[in-house]
Amino acid sequence: MNINEKIQEKISKNDVVLFLKGTPDMPQCGFSMAVCNVLKHLEVPFDGINVLEDEELRNGIKTFSDWPTIPQLYVKGEFVGGCDIIKEMFEKSELQKLFEDKGISFKK
Amino acid sequence: MAIKQEEIEQLLKEGFPDADIQIQDLAGDDNHFSAKIISSAFKGKSRVQQHQMVYSSLKGKMGTDLHALALTTEEK
Repeated sequence: MNINEKIQEKISKNDVVLFLKGTPDMPQCGFSMAVCNVLKHLEVPFDGINVLEDEELRNGIKTFSDWPTIPQLYVKGEFVGGCDIIKEMFEKSELQKLFEDKGISFKK
Repeated sequence: MAIKQEEIEQLLKEGFPDADIQIQDLAGDDNHFSAKIISSAFKGKSRVQQHQMVYSSLKGKMGTDLHALALTTEEK
């Protein structure tokens, strides 16, 4: 399986997948932590994938999403955005609407 | 790895000639910036597409020379 297939498998397996630096319990970068905090606040179950453990994944996800930075959030296999976009969507309640539209449970 | 604020501004102006651009050096370390870009080029684009356009105007520097750029994009 090449790296793109591996990423495709990861984002298909769970509804909400966050590629981040570190783990959801211990993010290693402020931007990753910010997105984790939003998801935790909304009590959305998510699969956090630590790109620091896998150099091929760390580079591969940037090409896969055409996005140069980590973190990256996927919902139902679709790229939603990085830290700035997730924070902005959360503040404007657009993230909550997205979860609602996609049938993902969260704390209202 | 660092980049001057003027260099970012120059690249953004080339990429978005009509844009209102505000850049801040957040930490004074040439490494953490915020940018607000208001351009007609963003019309009809999703937020992901808008940010991708900005990253592409930075010619691969995002994530390498430039560690952090907090982005806000708006349609003009």
